Amino acid sequence: MAAAIEVDGLVKRYGPLAAVDGIRFSVAAGSVFSFLGPNGAGKTTTTEILEGLRKRTEGEVRVLGLDPWTEGEALHRRIGVIPQDFRFFEKITPKEAIEYYRVLFGTSVDPIELLRKVELADKANSRFDTLSGGQKQKLGLALALTNDPEICFLDEPTTGLDPHARRAIWAVIRSLKQEGRTVFLTTHYLEEAELLADHVAIIHRGKIIAAGSPAEIIQQHGLPARMTVEGSPALAAYLQMNLGASAVMEDGKVSVTLKEKGDALKILTAIEASGLPWTSFTTTHDTLDDVFVRLVGQMDEGALKSEGSS
Amino acid sequence: MKLSHIGADFRIVARTYFRNPVALFFSLIFPIILIAMFGLIFSAAGSGAVTLEVVNEDHHSPVSQEFLSALNNTTLVSVQLVSVSPQNFSAFLGQNDYSAGLVIPAGFETDYLSHTPVNLTVYTDPEDAASAGTVVGAIEGVANGFNLHAACNGGTCAPIIGFTSQNVGSPVYKYIYYLIPGLIGFAILTSPMFSMVDIASSYRKDGIFRQLSLTPITRAEWLTSRILWYVAITFVTAGIMIGAGIGLFGAHVTLTLGVLPFLVVGPFFFVSLGMLAGSVAKTPESAALIGNIITFPMMFLSGTFFQVSSMPPGLQAFAHILPLYYVIDGMNQVMLFHNTSRALLDVLVVLIGSVVVFLLAIRLFKWRDE
Repeated sequence: MAAAIEVDGLVKRYGPLAAVDGIRFSVAAGSVFSFLGPNGAGKTTTTEILEGLRKRTEGEVRVLGLDPWTEGEALHRRIGVIPQDFRFFEKITPKEAIEYYRVLFGTSVDPIELLRKVELADKANSRFDTLSGGQKQKLGLALALTNDPEICFLDEPTTGLDPHARRAIWAVIRSLKQEGRTVFLTTHYLEEAELLADHVAIIHRGKIIAAGSPAEIIQQHGLPARMTVEGSPALAAYLQMNLGASAVMEDGKVSVTLKEKGDALKILTAIEASGLPWTSFTTTHDTLDDVFVRLVGQMDEGALKSEGSS
Repeated sequence: MKLSHIGADFRIVARTYFRNPVALFFSLIFPIILIAMFGLIFSAAGSGAVTLEVVNEDHHSPVSQEFLSALNNTTLVSVQLVSVSPQNFSAFLGQNDYSAGLVIPAGFETDYLSHTPVNLTVYTDPEDAASAGTVVGAIEGVANGFNLHAACNGGTCAPIIGFTSQNVGSPVYKYIYYLIPGLIGFAILTSPMFSMVDIASSYRKDGIFRQLSLTPITRAEWLTSRILWYVAITFVTAGIMIGAGIGLFGAHVTLTLGVLPFLVVGPFFFVSLGMLAGSVAKTPESAALIGNIITFPMMFLSGTFFQVSSMPPGLQAFAHILPLYYVIDGMNQVMLFHNTSRALLDVLVVLIGSVVVFLLAIRLFKWRDE
């Protein structure tokens, strides 16, 4: 699949500080790409560079084959952008806002149809300053779609929204993908990335620390699946002795690592055969959230250690 | 520049404006309040004794001094002696905006004592009927008293002191006449300046400029639509002020097409200047401060509320570097003095300044960060 976005050796410096420090990634056309990172990691700076809103210090960036900074005017006709905390003219209604963008972009989009798509048609004639946070974001999304963009940049589109409003935005993002558009999504919500994204990149301190599909990242950086049994230390010792399993006591429970698919059945059979008392069991595996917290934590710890040792 | 972009943005500004009660108040109601307030203050100030400029050609003879003293005692007029030749007196009154004058001829005392008829010359402003009536009434009354006194002494009742009336040499301009161009200038300055400074900083802070930078509208198109909007608003405000001035205070101002260039170049200049000030400021607070520093001296020293000619020489020189001075002076020249060549010069100064400030604003005002 052709790349809609290609980034190679991207650097953005503010004085001596490198907010983005030599990152490289590409985004396949028609996919949902999620850019994750804690606050101040460099994701908004990167996104703004891709949108042509900020000048890069070094590196190669191509969005739809165009240089975002020098060919921004041509690029902006082909992309749609919702910034964080979207704001617009306070006294203007969603319908008027889309009519305004329609004239600017020279398109013939039907404002009501577009508002229906983002589930905002019932507020078509309400002023912007009377809309809720979720409704404002939906208007931002509608405006980003006015020019029928090939790529949509959504910068934390669901931050601060209630669960219902978040799900409505997710539905729109899924429909954008179905329409064949590329979606570049930055978010704080790992669950959101895991649900929507084909590919994910985790950025921290200006560097990409993990990249791939959510499943690949979890497999590569997550802990193995585990079975937790409500039982005694004797049960842990029994499992270790008879199965050679890695069974340890954690928080008063027996925790056994599952190396293969069939391990769960073997362990349950062994528990039954042991005759030792037990009540219930659960199986757990790492989520993207766990991996994210662990990776960021490891990097911070490493940075702290190196700072401490210097 | 695309007219469709300018038109689309113009509609957005107009809708925003008409849905903002504060903006509507300042455009439609505030001008009437300003005119009414200042008009009433200065009408009240003029309700005391009328100042009567007097040329005494009788070399301050006792009878002439007695006559002037009697005039003062009426409390209707306040005598103020001036040294001007009678030939130039009419022009002197007009040039200095004095509405009433009196010339006591040489030989007044001799004629009076010898019962020879003698004529005083009274100058009044026909457009200021109230003052004219007061002055003529006071002089007539005092002259009658002197005539009766002479009749008793001489045994004859023939009037000795008479007077002829003349108009002052050029129209006398009352405060309200100057106030109309001044307050139109005030509106041309304050409305775009305060609003553009606020817009420039708040739109940047709220990311609206960033949002617009992702659309095909250019900075020049955006700024042009704002200028056109403020030109339209200025036409409405100026119409209201002129209407209120004429309707409430009977102001005599000439309504000619010559006013129009000032109603166009004025907003052109101050919208651009407001944008420039807002663009160089880093925060909304500093933008407001810069806006006030620019606006307040112009508000008071450009002839808005007080005539520049009545200020000390240093301030007059300072006024000449303020752009609003040329807007107000130009409107005064067109609406009051019919001095087209001076008005042309004024409009040219403002136009050149507007183009420079517009280009600077376009250059310094950024949609996006580097």
